[in-house]
Amino acid sequence: MLLREVEYARPRTVEEAIDELAANDGARPLAGGQTLINVMKARAASPDVLVDLQDLDDLRGITETGSGGLEIGAMTTYSELTSDAAGARSILGEVASSIADVQVRNRGTIGGNVCSNDPTNHFPPLLVAMNASFTIRGRDGERTVGADDFFLGVYMTAAGPGELLTKITIPAGGQDGFAAVTIGRDGTAIVAAAASLNGGARVAIGCVDAVPVRARAMEEKIGHDFGDENVQAAADGLGATLQPPSDVHASSDYRRALAEVLAVRAVVAARERR
Amino acid sequence: MSTESSKRITLTVNGEEVEYDVEARRLLVHFLRDDLDLTGTHVGCDTGNCGACSVLYNGELVKSCMLLAIQADGATVETVESLAGDGELTPLQQAFSDQHALQCGYCTPGMLMSATALLRANGQPTEEQIRKAIQGNICRCTGYVNIVKAIQAASGQATEG
Repeated sequence: MLLREVEYARPRTVEEAIDELAANDGARPLAGGQTLINVMKARAASPDVLVDLQDLDDLRGITETGSGGLEIGAMTTYSELTSDAAGARSILGEVASSIADVQVRNRGTIGGNVCSNDPTNHFPPLLVAMNASFTIRGRDGERTVGADDFFLGVYMTAAGPGELLTKITIPAGGQDGFAAVTIGRDGTAIVAAAASLNGGARVAIGCVDAVPVRARAMEEKIGHDFGDENVQAAADGLGATLQPPSDVHASSDYRRALAEVLAVRAVVAARERR
Repeated sequence: MSTESSKRITLTVNGEEVEYDVEARRLLVHFLRDDLDLTGTHVGCDTGNCGACSVLYNGELVKSCMLLAIQADGATVETVESLAGDGELTPLQQAFSDQHALQCGYCTPGMLMSATALLRANGQPTEEQIRKAIQGNICRCTGYVNIVKAIQAASGQATEG
């Protein structure tokens, strides 16, 4: 496929990358390219300038900050997450290893996954459940946005034009779970649910709205009782609070039902993790 | 710094250094096929799904339709042509022949590169590991059974039947 004509830059530093992104409204960061190149083929996106982040080593790697806390560079690939580097937060590797296939996992990045914010992506609900925060750099400096404020809409996040997501910070913890019904093994999610138990429970549902939806009523009902019966009871009524889309893969009602089932599975998986 | 719509890139392809002017919009797969005439790398779907364009990029398996040639400046690329570079089939290629692991053959270059990447990392993969390793490669003829057998055979493992 011949892409539309595009300009290209390969900055050596984060500052240069931000300058390039800020200099042109039509500039887009190119991370792993496993979404962007394909949407360019389909002309669903037509950036004027691609800013290739491959040389920005500052954006790579996983650092443990203690008690299960992590700092993950935005350019860390799915394959790197599946290694042992994620330490106590092995959920990250498990989820990464269920994305697409080897080729995509070798190139695709966690930063690209969250910044593209396709509603079917795996990491947005997981990182909302894990209460991650997102460090964004622009010409005016650096800011940190919480998980509940980062995802703004379909394909839209708090990282705006001229800005770059540099790292994702995951607070201390360790009991995380993820459950999804997908189109084929390791395929696109129809509904996904993620849970992280850290004192109380944080539960987030993906594929039911433009952004991950916190199951706040369920979280409150769960309280500190992660037993089967209580979790099951807490999920009752979750589906009715959602307005998921209907499409060829599932009706809205079916997604409501799945959300309840998968939220329970995610919490139980988190509880059982040792 | 400035942006460029085309650039002279230098990279190593199948052990040889090549230098070429490429447009920024050129996909790596088209650079390999049309500029270097390495037509073993196939374009199956052009949407990143089928894996027929799989190559090794800096030692890692990638789909060359989801990478721009201009990104590959300084990189090392191995295509299917590198496998029998001296005219002798590799054990993996011989096993594909012996086990009838191809019918139309369109997916075969990608399958070979995926299996090559697997066997470099894991000399004795289980069947499940083999199936996971070729998940990104679609074959519409074989049902994968003989491909899995061929990869097992190439790793020195006995095959059933």
